[in-house]
Parts: sequence; structure tokens; C-alpha cells
Amino acid sequence: MAEIWVFCEETDGAPSTLGLELLAKARSLGEPTVLYAGAGSAQAWETLGDHGAATVLHFDHGDSLAAAPVAAAIAARAGEQAPGMILFGQAYTDRDVAGRLAVRLGLPVLSNAVDVNLEPDGTATTRHEISGGAEIAVAAFRAPSPHLAIVRPKSFPAEPVGGPPPEVVPIELPDVGGAGALVTERHARERQGPDLEEAAVIVSGGRGLGAAEHYSLIESLAAPLGAATGATRAIVDAGWVPYAKQVGQTGKTVKPDVYIACGISGAMQHLVGMKDAKTIIAINKDPDAPIFTIADLGIVGDVHKVMPKLIEELGGG
Amino acid sequence: MRILVCVKQIPDPANPSRFDPDTHLLVRTEDQILDDTDRYGVEMGLRLAEANEGTVTLVSMGPVGRAQGIRQALAMGADRAVMIEDETLAGADALTTARVLAAATERTGFDLVICGPESTDGYSGVVPQMMAELLGVAALTYATGVEVSGDRVTINRQTSAGYDVVTADLPALVSVTAGVVEPRYPTFRGIMQAKQKPTETLEVADLGVEVSVGQEVVSVVPAPERAAGVVAEDEGEGHLLILEKLQEAKVV
Repeated sequence: MAEIWVFCEETDGAPSTLGLELLAKARSLGEPTVLYAGAGSAQAWETLGDHGAATVLHFDHGDSLAAAPVAAAIAARAGEQAPGMILFGQAYTDRDVAGRLAVRLGLPVLSNAVDVNLEPDGTATTRHEISGGAEIAVAAFRAPSPHLAIVRPKSFPAEPVGGPPPEVVPIELPDVGGAGALVTERHARERQGPDLEEAAVIVSGGRGLGAAEHYSLIESLAAPLGAATGATRAIVDAGWVPYAKQVGQTGKTVKPDVYIACGISGAMQHLVGMKDAKTIIAINKDPDAPIFTIADLGIVGDVHKVMPKLIEELGGG
Repeated sequence: MRILVCVKQIPDPANPSRFDPDTHLLVRTEDQILDDTDRYGVEMGLRLAEANEGTVTLVSMGPVGRAQGIRQALAMGADRAVMIEDETLAGADALTTARVLAAATERTGFDLVICGPESTDGYSGVVPQMMAELLGVAALTYATGVEVSGDRVTINRQTSAGYDVVTADLPALVSVTAGVVEPRYPTFRGIMQAKQKPTETLEVADLGVEVSVGQEVVSVVPAPERAAGVVAEDEGEGHLLILEKLQEAKVV
């Protein structure tokens, strides 16, 4: 069986959920090895073992920005061990490492995959949602292994299998000279309400709200529902709300039980990030808005008329 | 300071491209506009140039004979443009794109390269990092703020938890997120001047880059469709339909 390497960035002192999702997929394709970037801890190793990792290559990059030294170290190791595939998540540091690694290895990297496959004969393919998720493109690697793929979050469920703690191999990081960068401060934003990526209900707003101050309607509807609040790229770019709220291709991928899209027309870039919600409810003035093609319930109407009544009905305000 | 801003011309998103079922290549519409996310990089480049006695050179790889989007960026105030146009680059993957852009960047000379984090039509999201690796410089990615002081560049880097402050020596590359600065609109004067600004057109052979195709779309199939929902006109009772749906989903 081929070795499948999975990149996993330490997040809040623990393996990233995205890394654990990839690990679940890697188990089905071959022998998984985790490429762990971060300080590491007994607890982290236990979690990785529980999710089926037999081996962890540990890249402790300290205050150096991970990408350049970690990519160089992975490239050196890949030359020795010849993995069949290396999986990354569609996330900041993952992308940074994957891009640099691709150059080091002189190999292509396929981004935005929603599934990957590796046949016993070494043929590798990835699946990608295109046209806002209306079509699936299957891409084949036409290059030697290891095949590098960047996979969208929530493409696979993370699944503990109750494995023993893995073998952890510390990897020395090379000096990358002028390619290196230093992290001098870390700031965690204050959390307000439930996390967008974990929430069961999301209320999201778009340009149809009309103005930045009307985003308060989104918050007022979210409060009685215990929902997280989201946004389209259009209103993030316009500076109405912070980037952390952006749902879509360049923002977060969400799969809540209920997604309420308010004043959102449904640009492809947005649909890709939320179309897998169990129930989609949309309120929009334009009866031809693309959001209605995927909504379970679409209300053609003015958000400023529908939302206040709904908020009142729910006892919010 | 020599600032290079990588920009991409993309088909107008209001007029989407499609996959050719026979060649499996993206068929782009004729209309090319400046990728909206690139306006932020151009604006950041202009501000840093204004503050540091710098120049802004645009570098762009794109379809042959189209400069409409480049002119938009020149009209914002960039000094000149280097365009790489070559038929052999149709369908180029991220690695080839990065090799071409890095070679053009090196040829032009630079202290700071500014990119967007990904293009709006391709979304590979790895070209800036690849360029940095090829150029042997740091990539300060996903910047929500950029400062240059002496020979150092410092950014606020977006993270899943919040942001980090990250610093590196020049020369370096930064990728800036949308919203990092408010892009200016071209003035009439800017639009007129843009027509006179120097542009250089290069081909792959000028750069000595090997064009490789490491991947291929082998099929395009329709995704499983979502069951059609109910669309109703609000006549004052729309909120009650929503309430019913929320109860059905057991979230109230």
C-alpha cells in the first residue's frame, strides 16, 4: 500500500479539524503519515493516533513562518520515502506549504478538490466542483508521484478509529535564508457567538441588505436562533463586516443544518461555500436570483419587511 | 523601491466562461477585465510607492492581444506593464504560471512583489507561494495590512484564529486580501495617461521557461441536483413560511 501523507497544522494547540478530515480519507487510500506543523504535545499525538495515524513527522517551526522551512524539509523527506500522495487542506498555511513544495518537487498541485482517488496502479485523480457546484470536473495527474492535492474543508468527515499513539519523528528544519519570515505577534480575535464552521444554524447577509448598518438585522435574527452570522464576499470587500465572516470559495465552507441567506443573490463563489447545508432558506427581492435554484424555501420579498417580522416572531429584537 | 504587482485579466464574471467538452479547456469570453481582487494589490502598490519613492510595474500573463484589464490598472496609476502573451500558455497550470511570472519578475528586477491571494476565475490559490519559492524570497501571505520600513516588510497575516504579525527582509513577496485598502477609481486623466504608458510584451521564449502540463481534466459531469424547493412571493406572510421551515428542521 502506498504511503499517503497528510499535512496538519496545529490550531489552538491541537491538530486542525481539516487535518483530521484528510487523515480519514488518507486511511482509505493507503498508509497514512501525518506531517505535523506546530509545537506538538502528548495530547496532539494521542488525537492523531486516535484518528488512525501510525507515523507523525513533526516539524516544529517555532516563531518562523512555517511555509519555507517546512516545505523544504518535506521535499527532502519525500525524496527518501516516495509517498504516493500528499494531501493539504484549502487553508492558509496548507496552501503556502503546498505551493512551495510543488516548486521544490517540480510537480503540479491540484487545488480545490472535493475528493481524491489513488488507484493501486498509481493513477491519481481529483474531483472539483465547477460552475458553482453545478458540475463536477475530474482531473487526472499527468506527472510522477507524489501527487499533491489541496482539498476543500468538510469534504470528508473526521472519524476517530481508536488507534494507539503514533510514532513521532522530529524533523530538523533547514535554514532557508532570505525565504524565511518571522512571526512576531499572534492575535486571536474575540469570539462572538458560535463558530461559523461548527454552527448548526447560520444567518448570512449580502448586498441586498442595502447598507452596512443593516447587517444588524442578521445579528438580530441570529441571536434567538443561537446561530452564527455569515456574509458574502461582496459585503466583506465593501468593508461592512470582517473577512472572518465570509462564506464561499475564498472564505469558509459551511455545512449547517439550516442556512438562511438574506439579500444574497447567489454568486457562484458564494454557493460553493454553503450549498451543502441541509436546509437552505433564502429571502431576496429578485425572483430570478440564482440562490432560489438551490433554496429549499425561497421567499421573494424585501429583507427589510420579512426579517423584522420573523425576528419578532422568534422573540428577538 | 521597485514594486511589482501581479495582475490578471479575467473574463467578465457577468459573462461566465465555460468548459469546452471536446478540448476540456476553459473557453473564455472575449471581454477581459481586471480581476476585481487585483485592484487591492494595485492600490497597495501605489500607496507604498508614494510613501517610499517607488515605481509600480504590472506583470501579467494572459491571452494574446488583450490589454483592456491592464489598462484599467495603468489608469489607477501604475507606471508600466509587462505582459506575457503566448499561445502555448493556453491552459497553463499554476506551476507554469508561477514560473512565467517569476521569470518576468526577475527579468524586470524587484524589491517587493504584490499579488492577490488567488484569481477569481482560476482559484488555484498557490501561485504567489510558488513565485516566492522560485524567487528565493519570503512570502508574507493573506495580508490585511502592509508596512515597509527600511529594508523590511511587515504585515498582518490573516489566520483562522485572528491575525499574526509577520516580518521579513526585502526583497519579498506579499499577497494581500481584498479589503486591505480601498482601491481608488481611475480618474479621467489617469485613463488618458494609461494609453501612453510603456508596455512590454514578452513570449515564453524570452523567459526561458519550460511549459509543462501536469494535469488534465478528463471528464465533466453534472453534479447531483438538489431537490427543487418552494419559492413563494412575500405578501406579508413570508416570515411565517420561514418559521414553519425552521420548526420542520427542529431548530426552533
